[in-house]
Amino acid sequence: MIVNYGYTDGSGDYYIVIDTDKCDGCGKCVDACPQNVLELAEDDYGDIVVRVRDEVKSKVGYVCLGFNPGCSKNEVNCRSVCEHDVISHTW
Amino acid sequence: MIVAGVDIGSLSGETVLMRDGEILSYSIVRTGADSAKTAEKATDEALDNASISFGDIEYTVATGYGRVIVPFADKNITEISCHARGANYLFPTVRTILDMGGQDCKAIKCNDVGKVTNFAMNDKCAAGTGRFCDVMAEVLDEPLEDIGRISLEAERDAMVSSACAVFAKSEVVSLLRKGTPKSEILSGVHEAIATRVFALLQRVGIEADFVITGGIAKNIGVVRKVAEKVGMNPLISDEPQIVGAIGAALFAEELCKKAKHKDRSKSQ
Amino acid sequence: MIVAGIDVGSLSTKVVLLEDDRILAANILTTGEEGVVMARKATDEALRKANISFDQLEYIVTTGYGRKSISFAKESKSEMMCHAKGAYWLFPSARTVIDIGAESSKIIRLNKNGVVEDFVGNDKCAAGTGIFLDTMAKALEVSIEEVGELSLKHKEKAMISSMCAVFAESEVVSHVHRGTPRNDILAGIHDSIAERIFGMSNRVGIMDDVVMTGGVAKNIGMIKALEEKLGTILHVPEHPRVVGALGAALVARDSK
Ligand code: SF4
Ligand code: SF4
Repeated sequence: MIVNYGYTDGSGDYYIVIDTDKCDGCGKCVDACPQNVLELAEDDYGDIVVRVRDEVKSKVGYVCLGFNPGCSKNEVNCRSVCEHDVISHTW
Repeated sequence: MIVAGVDIGSLSGETVLMRDGEILSYSIVRTGADSAKTAEKATDEALDNASISFGDIEYTVATGYGRVIVPFADKNITEISCHARGANYLFPTVRTILDMGGQDCKAIKCNDVGKVTNFAMNDKCAAGTGRFCDVMAEVLDEPLEDIGRISLEAERDAMVSSACAVFAKSEVVSLLRKGTPKSEILSGVHEAIATRVFALLQRVGIEADFVITGGIAKNIGVVRKVAEKVGMNPLISDEPQIVGAIGAALFAEELCKKAKHKDRSKSQ
Repeated sequence: MIVAGIDVGSLSTKVVLLEDDRILAANILTTGEEGVVMARKATDEALRKANISFDQLEYIVTTGYGRKSISFAKESKSEMMCHAKGAYWLFPSARTVIDIGAESSKIIRLNKNGVVEDFVGNDKCAAGTGIFLDTMAKALEVSIEEVGELSLKHKEKAMISSMCAVFAESEVVSHVHRGTPRNDILAGIHDSIAERIFGMSNRVGIMDDVVMTGGVAKNIGMIKALEEKLGTILHVPEHPRVVGALGAALVARDSK
């Protein structure tokens, strides 16, 4: 399942896109995130996968540094530690 | 085997009772301040309609915004998954679901068994939800139920270019001042909301068949504009409100079977 | 040499007249439908205040949302650049400028020479802008001049969870129905804007000293809420609304 966490508002699209079929639930991205955006949880079909925390969903655009320019400056971020290319951002 | 699906939304609560994949009865009640009470009330009504008692229910799945507070639920499942499952039950050919509510908008893609393959939801910005229509109906001083019909009288769309509901409201006010007919303004308003909704649909990808559910499905103006953009006529269910509860009941049935299976293998 | 800077905003037009390093006059006029006419009127008023004539202006630079429509100006420059220039001139120690205007908000980061290093802005979503505050003030039937002061008198901040102006307005209305004290609601509203600005600041980073400009800088409640959220003090110029126009005038002065 591909899940788009986030929203579109007047200023643009802010989605963290997670492809749960590829996620093996290792949790490396959760540890890598400096903003505590992600967590592991069981989805509706019984798999343990990464997701965006509820409190963050409606403000991902502010909380998540995004890859440009915020987190891209760090060598380590959720995307760089993931071995299966699960996470992407729209902004 | 009798199971229940309970959907607690922000405006209404629904319960669907199901026996072996057939709907026995359902009920719709308005949401009160207390979600637990709403769930009980909806379920009691559904039980009355089916003339069975609470003890006959073997498994209950709760869904919707208030799902975590339903005291008698065996499990809770997100409204996205339940919506897809319910839509698949009603229309097995459906692959794309657009649910337009008063406060949010969801685009869901599912496969042939109603499993979600891709979804996106917007509940943060009023511009892509029913609230946009509320705001504009108020500015134009027309009842919300009528704006769809009125917009169809327009010969052209007035231009509403702002993506933000607040800025769009100022645009509408100045269009009114300029003497633009209300029908044209409304048509422009519907075009604006359809653009947002279509972008959400494109995010998940559009595949036939396509269904629209939720309160805004009653606004013919918006539905037409969305249909034009998608290039497909949407199916519209008669009872769009209980789609989520149906899905929850189907999950309940599946989970109940699994639980029984486990018990059996344990006792053997 | 006498020059003028004109900031043509969405709701008001600001003019600053400058002679070398001295501000001769500043003027603010609420923008009507037509940009040029208003800009000329605002300029004429400023000229009258300074007791000089239009012909004495050697160079005119415009900025702001409607900057391109002013035919009598020589040049137009981006708001970002003019705000940076104006703020840096007033506070040479400024490294960050937070500007919250009627329909936009932005954060500009400068290096020690006043050159723009990074920038983030929003003029498409009403959240975090002056109009958000206006909408809420109207819903509470409080004048916009008072909201800041009143918000400081809160006992317990009310929670406004939506950042969208439309959804936040409904939250405000339901707080009123529930009997939440007005000042508590106001404090919550200011926090909501501060939260949004803080979110924007995540993307460029905040460095001391921080200068706040734009109409919302006159709101003491907003200053306090932002200071708390950002964990730093904000420097506010005496006339925060004309900083963009001042920057434009500085560009005009330096262009010769
Ligand atoms: S981009 Fe950075 S802040 Fe955003 S989720 Fe990934 S690690 Fe966290
Ligand atoms: S763009 Fe407008 S309607 Fe959308 S979130 Fe921002 S304030 Fe609300």
